[in-house]
Amino acid sequence: MTTTTFPRRPARARTPGTAGTPAARARRTRLLHWIAVHAVAVAAALFFLLPFVFVFLTSVMTDDQAMSGELWPHEWNWSNYTAVFTTPGFLGWWRNSLLYAGLGTLFTVCSAIPVAYALARFRFRGRRTAMLLVISTMMLPPQVVVIPMYLVWAQQLHLTGSIWPLVVPMAFGDAYSIFLLRQFLLTIPPEYVESAKVDGCGELRTLLRIVVPMARPGIAAIALFQFFYCWNDYFGPQIYTAQNPAAWTLSYGLESFKSAHSVNWNLTMAATMLVMAPVIVVFFFAQKAFVEGVTLTGVKG
Amino acid sequence: MAAPSSPAPALRRKHLRERLRILGFLSPWLVGFSVFFGYPLIATGYFSFMHYNQIEQPAFVGLRNWRYVLTQMPLFGPALWNTLWLVVVMVALRVVFGLGIGLLVTKVKSGAGFFRTAFYLPYLAPPVAATVAFVFLLNPATGPVNEILGALGVPGPEWFNDPSWAKPSLVLLSLWGIGDLMVIFMAALLDVPREQYEAAELDGAGAWGKFRYVTWPSITPIVLFAVVTGVVQTMQYYTQALVAGKLASGVSVGPGSVIQPGYPDHSTLTVPQLIYSLGFQNFNTGAACALSLVLFAIAMAVTTLLMRKRAGLLPAED
Repeated sequence: MTTTTFPRRPARARTPGTAGTPAARARRTRLLHWIAVHAVAVAAALFFLLPFVFVFLTSVMTDDQAMSGELWPHEWNWSNYTAVFTTPGFLGWWRNSLLYAGLGTLFTVCSAIPVAYALARFRFRGRRTAMLLVISTMMLPPQVVVIPMYLVWAQQLHLTGSIWPLVVPMAFGDAYSIFLLRQFLLTIPPEYVESAKVDGCGELRTLLRIVVPMARPGIAAIALFQFFYCWNDYFGPQIYTAQNPAAWTLSYGLESFKSAHSVNWNLTMAATMLVMAPVIVVFFFAQKAFVEGVTLTGVKG
Repeated sequence: MAAPSSPAPALRRKHLRERLRILGFLSPWLVGFSVFFGYPLIATGYFSFMHYNQIEQPAFVGLRNWRYVLTQMPLFGPALWNTLWLVVVMVALRVVFGLGIGLLVTKVKSGAGFFRTAFYLPYLAPPVAATVAFVFLLNPATGPVNEILGALGVPGPEWFNDPSWAKPSLVLLSLWGIGDLMVIFMAALLDVPREQYEAAELDGAGAWGKFRYVTWPSITPIVLFAVVTGVVQTMQYYTQALVAGKLASGVSVGPGSVIQPGYPDHSTLTVPQLIYSLGFQNFNTGAACALSLVLFAIAMAVTTLLMRKRAGLLPAED
């Protein structure tokens, strides 16, 4: 696991040299290499960042200019953002997204901790099978099981058109979070747990007092991932909330926003900025946990 | 932990307590797995043999849904083809590009933090927002990309509005969001022992030789991991294809309205979209369930591949 925000390679020691010597030639090669690498990096950065720039620039254009294909706004029309916020429904979608992401994250964290702990620490028959089943559900396309679930929520529980069908399942352990947290818990030396038990801590107390505080980075990672998953989710809201616009989330509403404002690219881009903004803000505050989480999924197996 | 064959009563009680405790810890997942995975899977199997439109009672029809899905449904072929196309092309390009960006990022010395963040940010953009943005950027008439191409004297393609460019446009969108792969590859690259590079240098290896004989062997497990998870993800490809098709078609209708998915000419129709369309737009629940199980079978086959130790997903101690 990485300890810094991004893994860094140690800096190479600089060798002093005078012009004309082999050392100077080596330095010239290094300089050329430096230039080449950074030129490619700048080109790549343009590919990754220009879409954000164009989206932002269009989001402050006037209606007419947004249709023209010009790149730089004549005048900075910030009122587009006000217009988006006062669009009927938009504030409600915002609230639903926060509710879905907030409750979903809370439920996931609370249910994943004990399960991940059991899978990481206890030896019992069927442990390997349980792990395999967790991974299988993680790999399963959500479309495979959605139809019967939809029928239960719609016909037996009559809760479609609300966010409950999205949130309630999160209280029963999300496979991805369980897997990720379990991998993290394996990195905690078992001696801590053992010594807590020797000191007379019960299993639940050990989990809450010893393991949870030590696993804070792992828990932060699954919380962030789940928050982003819920915020970004389109399929779930489409299935369960489509019939009731008041229950739509931001991700789902955004598409209808474009459909209703077919020509107004400026308003649509302002709305797009507003959907992207929270995840990017959260990322800047929680970079470390986030990158650690990604690294953990892929590398520490 | 094997229990002794005839434990004393106190010991047996202890084992029982222990087992109950484990079950207690696992209970959220046990409930969730049965209710949100086991039950719907069985029910999907049941409905796949029924004629059911969510209004009338289900009626048994034998293999008719299966026959319909696999041999008669006109859109099954295109949807399967598109899904497989995306699985092959998108995954291959993502891995190559992700590895390239990962390598680049380990070589950058000045402004490393800036570049890493810049390359990572698009991964965070919500898929719908990213798709809306790309449909705008690649808009053939007024989009900035074709404006710039035009200024450079290159006629831009029709992107999402041309059947032969729609899937490549989706690939471009997915390459933009490569951040997660970049981080994974970067971590793997930095884990390669430095001494091996020095040894290779002493043996006279150039840049390519070092990559081929030092870097590549030590990152193969991660590449394999990226390929297999990429395949699984791409088989679920849904939101971007659906939103791009809908927006590019310019149909001015809200979500939930019935339009043929996969604009233009079914070129962006994927299997998950077809399941949705069958089940929630045509209310042909039986056929949708049969198609779900086809997708399930393919997904399970790939997952089985993943379970192999070489893919590095399961820890060795298991």
